[in-house]
Amino acid sequence: MNALRDILSQGAQMSLVLGLAPLLTGFVRKVKARLLRRRGPPLLQPYRDLIRLMRKDVVLADNASWLFRVIPYLIFAGTWVAASLVPTFGNGLLFSGTADLIAIIALLGSARFFQALAGMDVGTAFGGIGSSREVMIASLAEPAMLITVFSVAMIAGSTQLPNVAEFMGSDAVGLRVSLGMAFVALTIVALAENARIPVDNPATHLELTMVHEAMVLEYSGRHLALIDLSSQLKLLLYVSLIACVFLPWGTATADASVARLVFGALLYLGKLTVLGFLLAVFETSIAKMRVFRIPEFLGAALMLALLATLLRFVSGSL
Amino acid sequence: MGILDSIPHVSAVLSHRPWPRAVVTEAGWRAAIDRLVEGGLTLLGFWGEPAAVHMAMLDAGSAEIAVVTYECTAGAFPSVARRHPPALRLERTIHDLFGLVPTVADDLRPWLDHYVWGKSYPLSGRNASRDVRPYQFLPAEGEALHQVAVGPVHAGIIEPGHFRFTANGEHVVRLEQWLGYTHKGIESLMQGASLEAAAKLANRTSGDSAVAYAFAFARAAEAALDIEVPRRATYLRALMAELERLANHFGDIGAICNDASFALMHAQTGILRERALRAADAAFGHRLMMDVVVPGGVARDIAPDGITALRTLLAEIEKVFPRLIELYDNTASLQDRTVTTGIVKADYARQFGAGGYVGRASGRDFDARRTLAYAPYDQLSFEVPVLEAGDVNARVWLRIREVEQSVTLIAQILDLMEPGEIRNAPPAGRGACEGLALTEAFRGDVLAWLRLDDEGCVQRCHLRDASWFQWPLLETAIEGNIIADFPLCNKSFNCSYSGADL
Repeated sequence: MNALRDILSQGAQMSLVLGLAPLLTGFVRKVKARLLRRRGPPLLQPYRDLIRLMRKDVVLADNASWLFRVIPYLIFAGTWVAASLVPTFGNGLLFSGTADLIAIIALLGSARFFQALAGMDVGTAFGGIGSSREVMIASLAEPAMLITVFSVAMIAGSTQLPNVAEFMGSDAVGLRVSLGMAFVALTIVALAENARIPVDNPATHLELTMVHEAMVLEYSGRHLALIDLSSQLKLLLYVSLIACVFLPWGTATADASVARLVFGALLYLGKLTVLGFLLAVFETSIAKMRVFRIPEFLGAALMLALLATLLRFVSGSL
Repeated sequence: MGILDSIPHVSAVLSHRPWPRAVVTEAGWRAAIDRLVEGGLTLLGFWGEPAAVHMAMLDAGSAEIAVVTYECTAGAFPSVARRHPPALRLERTIHDLFGLVPTVADDLRPWLDHYVWGKSYPLSGRNASRDVRPYQFLPAEGEALHQVAVGPVHAGIIEPGHFRFTANGEHVVRLEQWLGYTHKGIESLMQGASLEAAAKLANRTSGDSAVAYAFAFARAAEAALDIEVPRRATYLRALMAELERLANHFGDIGAICNDASFALMHAQTGILRERALRAADAAFGHRLMMDVVVPGGVARDIAPDGITALRTLLAEIEKVFPRLIELYDNTASLQDRTVTTGIVKADYARQFGAGGYVGRASGRDFDARRTLAYAPYDQLSFEVPVLEAGDVNARVWLRIREVEQSVTLIAQILDLMEPGEIRNAPPAGRGACEGLALTEAFRGDVLAWLRLDDEGCVQRCHLRDASWFQWPLLETAIEGNIIADFPLCNKSFNCSYSGADL
């Protein structure tokens, strides 16, 4: 009975993240447009874009290898599995026993590795520039992310996200300095990982400044749809992760009633809305930084995460 | 005849107004090049005819201008670019269009000619053919260098141009531009056109500077025909020119910030730009005010409710713009991108005679409105801001200061303007005559030179955009910067493709 319940819960959360991801992107775009006094595209536009891309033919460069065609599926699979490991409205996740936070980072890391390979596959200058910048950012963001995970895991005593969320939601957690630092570090990493301003600009048309977009310039049709959907999933993943670890209230426990689950789902939507809104406000109020400023920015995340871990060592209550 | 005193010449052309033009021998031509190389004179323009080349030069100290002409009896002329690099692209253009050969040129690659015209040397009047060779970019050697080719088709909706970067990782070692994709054959279309048709063509040379081009063309024609323009017409012209400057500067300030992904500024200045364009539409019946400035005056008077529209615009700018300046100045992340990015050295700005904000942000104190004080700017009081830093930030600030000046100019004109005539008809049968004029477009000085035949039709006309002397500086400004900063530098120059491709 419990196994069935967990399968259902896992299935529901997997389809939920897939279904919600484009909406979150659309929402952030809409808020950004409204902040700029523009009307902005409809909330559902990202879905329409995906459908449009799915219907279109794929245009492949003559020298594209088989890897170039396979990679969009790999990226999508990796990102989707990673996204389904993060508790959204309920903690009961079938997969969480086999994969923890570190597995999520590994899944995203391999998706990125393949993305960077694909960027260089066709051999255009832009793909190469994009891949090299992406890897530079990754080499700084991934350690920062790992250390953030360590500090959170040390406080919660587990790297399993449902356990972490449960601990964070309990009274045992209290007010901790190290958690505050971990939160800031995770936010910085999330901005960098999702190619948001100030690290990258998801809306730019300037090929010379692109990072993520430069890598996927050669993609089209269903390949591009999958890559776009993966990016949207990744944004949802990070927002859910921040919500799950730092705003865990209301997340339904594994054996909760249906009413509790619905309540958890509504609260989850509320959290997405708030965090998405904050992201849009932040992105509107800041310019993108110089490429060589990014190491300093991510370096700050790394230091904060390290400090959080150290503080935890020094005193169990910090 | 200040400038020509020091340049040996054969004869002065009397019908050339308002500044002198003289035919020089090879010795005179070389003397003129010497003066350019020394820095005593600034190259203003360099253009060809089937059997002659002309060079317009400015003495910045005395604000005098002179044109020297070298008659290419053997189809060749001593190369200017070999000793004075600012002339290079103009010289290659002369070769492309007229087939005249600069001797001895270091660089005779085609510039405008992309081998798609179906003939070579289209304005030379003879059937010559040219070897088709693949375009060779200048080499850069080094182990870790790689090339990045950008354009002519870009990811955004902008004008076409090819940029070839040689980079070491992110650092740009060399940038080379290759333009000419929007060549329209304006010089050829001008030949034999009536004054009216030619004015329309001039209007369309570079759409964002429609008024400035029409203004320059009209003043050149008026100088040639020696006709006066009614006072009210000069005020209306300046009104339009300043309105055009406002709209473009608003657009540029926002676009520069947008290239640093600061869309907020872009949205706000976009509103101001749109208001300026709508005010222009209300006042002169066209958002870009095309075909209003014509030789002899202006084609239509300001609409009755135009003055109210303009005053409303000024009030709105005075209310909103200071807050936007503050936003620009107080956004540290934005300043971090613009300060010390893309520095144009003052020496280069002076050598190339870079006009507009590019020159003035690097300490070159030249503004055709004040230095040459053409009507009605001799009647108006305004300042010409000059900065020394030469970076993207300086070019933004220069635009901000110029917006403020344009606002005061428009207010002054609205106060000073009195009812009256707006157009004097060009007289018929003046005989062949030539005229030269400069006006200050938003991006710098536009030069117009024309020769009218006995019937008052255009025989030859050359329009020189400010961008000719700014584009090469962009190549120097990006050196040592990183590839990702190029869009920012490029937008801070905002050179015209259409104006330079002719």
